[in-house]
Formats: sequence, structure tokens, C-alpha cells
Amino acid sequence: MDLLIFQVPILMVQASMDGILLGILFALIAYGMALQWGVMNIINIAQGDLVILGGYIAYFMYLYGIHPAWGVIVSPIIMYFVGIGIYKLVINKVVDRDLFISILATFGISILFMQLMNFAFGADVVLANSGYGTTMLFDNSVVLPNSKIFAAIISIIFAIGLVVYMKKSKLGRAIRATAQNARAAKILGVDTEKVYAATFGINAALCGVAGALISITFTIHPYMGLPYTIRSFMIVIVAGLGNLPGVAISGMGLGVFEEFADYILGTEFRIGSVFLLLVLILVYRRFKLSKKREYLK
Amino acid sequence: MINKNLIIYLSVLIFGLAAPFIFPAFKVQLSILCVLIILAITWNIQGGEMGYNSFGNILFYGLGMYLCASVQVGMFFPLAEWTESGGEKTFVHTPAQFFQGFGVGLAVAAIVPTIVAGLIGYSILGLRGHYFAICTLGLGVAAGEISGGIEIIGAGQGFTTPPFPNIGSLEARGEFFYFCSFVSLILTFIVVKSIYSTRFKLVLNAIRDNEDKAEAMGIQTMKYKIIGWMISAFFCGLAGGIMGGLVGYIDSTDVAFDGREMGVFMVLMAILGGKGTLWGPVIGATIFHIFKEGFWTFFLGWQYVALGVLIVVIVIYFPEGIMGWLREKYPERFGEVVDEADRKAQVELK
Repeated sequence: MDLLIFQVPILMVQASMDGILLGILFALIAYGMALQWGVMNIINIAQGDLVILGGYIAYFMYLYGIHPAWGVIVSPIIMYFVGIGIYKLVINKVVDRDLFISILATFGISILFMQLMNFAFGADVVLANSGYGTTMLFDNSVVLPNSKIFAAIISIIFAIGLVVYMKKSKLGRAIRATAQNARAAKILGVDTEKVYAATFGINAALCGVAGALISITFTIHPYMGLPYTIRSFMIVIVAGLGNLPGVAISGMGLGVFEEFADYILGTEFRIGSVFLLLVLILVYRRFKLSKKREYLK
Repeated sequence: MINKNLIIYLSVLIFGLAAPFIFPAFKVQLSILCVLIILAITWNIQGGEMGYNSFGNILFYGLGMYLCASVQVGMFFPLAEWTESGGEKTFVHTPAQFFQGFGVGLAVAAIVPTIVAGLIGYSILGLRGHYFAICTLGLGVAAGEISGGIEIIGAGQGFTTPPFPNIGSLEARGEFFYFCSFVSLILTFIVVKSIYSTRFKLVLNAIRDNEDKAEAMGIQTMKYKIIGWMISAFFCGLAGGIMGGLVGYIDSTDVAFDGREMGVFMVLMAILGGKGTLWGPVIGATIFHIFKEGFWTFFLGWQYVALGVLIVVIVIYFPEGIMGWLREKYPERFGEVVDEADRKAQVELK
């Protein structure tokens, strides 16, 4: 326990700002999670590993002398095809099955990815240096790296772009129709197989963007995927499926929570506190619903 | 029929008792196999019979591991100094102290997780389906991360369990842990087999098939779910305690709360053998262990890749497991009366 943050109130501002910027990134990943969950009824445990893979793409561009910010464009394109590949190989066989089957199958993918990334990229913690410098606020007492601000802005642009795409484009309409009622959509001539593949691809692309941004602002490591999955799962269940403003707000809330937990409990308990928060949220919802004699479903 | 079963059980028992002397080089492997079978059987109580797919039984396993080692050390020496000194021991257990400590440690390792399961059961088991799965996954990982930050049990640097005392024979250590795990396995099997022949199992199956209807029939489902989880926790804790002594070193995320290995293994073994059967987990665990050891030896470094592929393949193409496949093929052996015409009609319908 470290109560420094209560003695120096300006640290609270710092933690909140950091948390909000971080939370926007979480919200972007959670958006992808909500999309595939809503459309395909799949919980993808490998979500976090897709993020990390996207991060490595940006990191490699950085290694070869290209500015990692371009990863924001390149990574989603590559990740889109990775997503389609995963869909064709595994996911299309578990779409209509029990949810637990999909959880376990994606868990397998997650382990596979973790280890393949470990082979390919090594077990070191890496980051792609963007060289953006920092911004000082409040008489230099709050320090914000510009890369974090950049990441937040890019995330917001991608999120808004996707929302507009979902509303306006033909594929977006097909995806929304499939989410509402896959059978009816099929009868009306929507190729649901294609829609599912595209949804998973878009989700992977979003993970790619988020991963590229994470590799610029934070660090990446082959085994860091699972916490991102859990965070996005948590954000989705707090916000509810299909509630986009809710996803954004609960994402930022989670970011702020994490930064405060980091200051108060210490960095070694940071991931632990995220997982514990998930358990607490689920238990809280369970008790709240059980008063109405319902349960989380 | 009874005679046939008796012969099977007796031959397994005799083989189990003789195994460490027939294959002296594989004693550690056989002990691990026993622990794996215990884990698969206990996972099957929820995952197979009750329909609650838990990723969190690793919590009880890890808890048992830490508790057993802590009690074994803490009974005779200051625990904090023990973990502080790491590998170089200034404290040495006498044989009497070691066995006494291990016995008490195992008892604690079994009982405390049972109580923990009872306490958290009411909250966690109110969740259903995938929420339960993800929640227990979170619970297991959180336990690993948090125990990795606690100083007194070694934090990040790990916890060395007391070394086996020198009591003459070099083979004694392996034999001791083998018989510990084998006896626990027999105990687990007998308990689970006997509860599977009671009304309790029917209630668990009713919960799996339709919990709302089971409740409407007047079954207090929550009570049964908690009891089922507590039984699991008891044997998971026991298995963890033995495994801790066997491995000799406890690390929070790599050995004790190892969701990536043990936590998935127990699910996978039960599914491979066949969920919801008594023998399924036993067969699944045995095949899995043999396969795994082969892979771990010949494809060193690629084992997780193989594991990932294995999970995907089993889950997609083999979700019913070996027992399920056998049951489909030879339903008569499982005591099902089959009408040949009806069966053909069903095949045609498919």
C-alpha cells in the first residue's frame, strides 16, 4: 500500500489523464470484441494475442527504419487477412456451437500464437520509439507523452470511422442484419458465411490498430495478450453488447482504475487487480440480477 | 458382470502398486500421471456432470500447493526466513519433522481450499455458462498474479519446498511421492465413484441439462452446486499439495497457478476422455500424459505450439471424447438397449 497519491493530489490528475488515454485504447479493443460477440456469438480469448501480433508488425517496421506510426495503416491490413485466415481454419467450425467450445478453441489459438510469437520475435519486452516527445501541463507537474495523445486520437478516428461504415455501407448493413437474426438474414440473401468472415477480419484489423498504438505508447511482449482479452471482455459486459458510448466510457473507467491501482497497490498487483475486478464485477451483476430471480446470460 | 469389474479394478490396483518397481525410471512421471488423473476427475465433476465449465480449479490446486509447503515449513521454522534464504538452507527437517509436516500440510491443503470453495461458491456459481467460465479464468489468473506479489511465500523468486530427508535408500523419495499420489488417486476414484451412484449425481446431471427446470422440481440447485465444487476443491488441493512436494519448487505463475498449463490440461484431459463419464477422465489423462511427454521430449520448445493445435483439434473434431465415441459405436456395452431399426432411421435422418 502506497498512499503517496493522496498526499500529492496532482498525481491524481496525472493518473486520471493517463488512465483516460489508456482507456480509449482498451475501448477500441473492446469494440472489436463486442462486434464479434454480438454478430457471431463468439468470445475470442485470442483477442489479446491478435493485439500483440499487431504490435509486433509496427515494431518490425520500426526496426527496419520506417516510422512506427505507419503501422497504424499497415498493421490492420495484414491483421485483416490473419483474421480471415483464423476464421476459415478454426472459427467457422465453432460459430454455431456451444459458447464454451469457442472459448476453449480460441484459448488454444491464444496459446499457439503466444508461443509462435515467442519463437519469431523473442521473449524480450520491446517498444517502438515514435520520438514524439512529451507535453507538460499544469506548470510541468503533469507529464503526458505525445504518443499517448496520438494513440487516443487515432483510436477515436478508427472507432468513428467504423461506426459510420457500419451505418452506411452495404457490408455494415449485412453485419447488423446478421447480428439481429442470422437466419432471417440468410433467407433475405445475406451470405452469412462471408459476413462472419468479414466481421472476424474487421475485429482482427481493429486489434491490429490497437496493437500498433500499444507498441508505440507502451511495451509489448508475447505473453501479454490475456490481460487485454480480459479487459475487453470486462468492458463489454459492463457496457452491454451494442452500447458503443458505454464501451467508450467503461473503457476509460477501467483505464483510470488501473492507473490508480498501479499507484496505490504497486505495479506488481496491477494485472492481478484487473482480473480481480472482473470477478467482482461479475459477482456484483450476479447478485443484482438474482434479486429479480434472473441470471447473467 | 460384478466379477468382470472386480477383475478390472484389482488388476489396475495391482498394476498401480507394482508400477514403481517395474518401471523404476518413470516413478516421477507415474506420480504426475496420478495427479493429472485426479485433476481430470475432479474437473469432470463440474465440467462434465454439472455443466459448469470451470477454468478456475487451478485456484484450489495452487492454493493447496502453497498451503502444504507453508505448513510443512512453518510448523518447525520461521516461514519468512525460509523463503528469504531461497535455495541455500540453514534449516534442515529431520525425517520425523518432514513426514509429520507433510501429513499436516496435506490435510490443510485439502481442507482450506474446500472451505474457500464453499465461501466463494455462492457468489461464483450463480453465474452461468460462459460467464462462469470467464469468471473462473479471471479468478485463477488473479490468484497467480497476487500470490506472485506476496513476500512471505517467496513472491517472484519462488518457494523451495523442504528437501526430502535422507533415510537410507535413494529410491525412497520417488516411492514416497508415488504412493502418496497413488493413494490419493484411489481415494478420489472411490469417493467420486460412490457419489456417482447416488441421487447426488442425478441432481448434478439435472442441473447440467436444465437448471431452471431442476429448480422448479424443488431441487435446491445452489446447495448441490456448492457441494460439488467443494468436493472438487478438496481433491484439487490434495493433488496440489503432493505436486508441490514432488516438484520441489513453487513459483506463483509457472507451477502453482499455472492456468496456461495445468488449468487447461485438466479441461483438455476430461474432454479428450469424454465429459460426464467416470472412466473418461482417467483414460483421457493417461493418453494425454503419454502424448505430452512424447512431445515435450522430442519437440522441445514446440510443446506449446503442439498444445495449442491439440486443443483446437480436440475441441473442434473430438468434443465428445473417447468415451463418447465408444458409446456411439458400441452402445450395448454402455447398457443402452438399441433398437436396430430405430438406429438406422436416426442415421438416415442425420
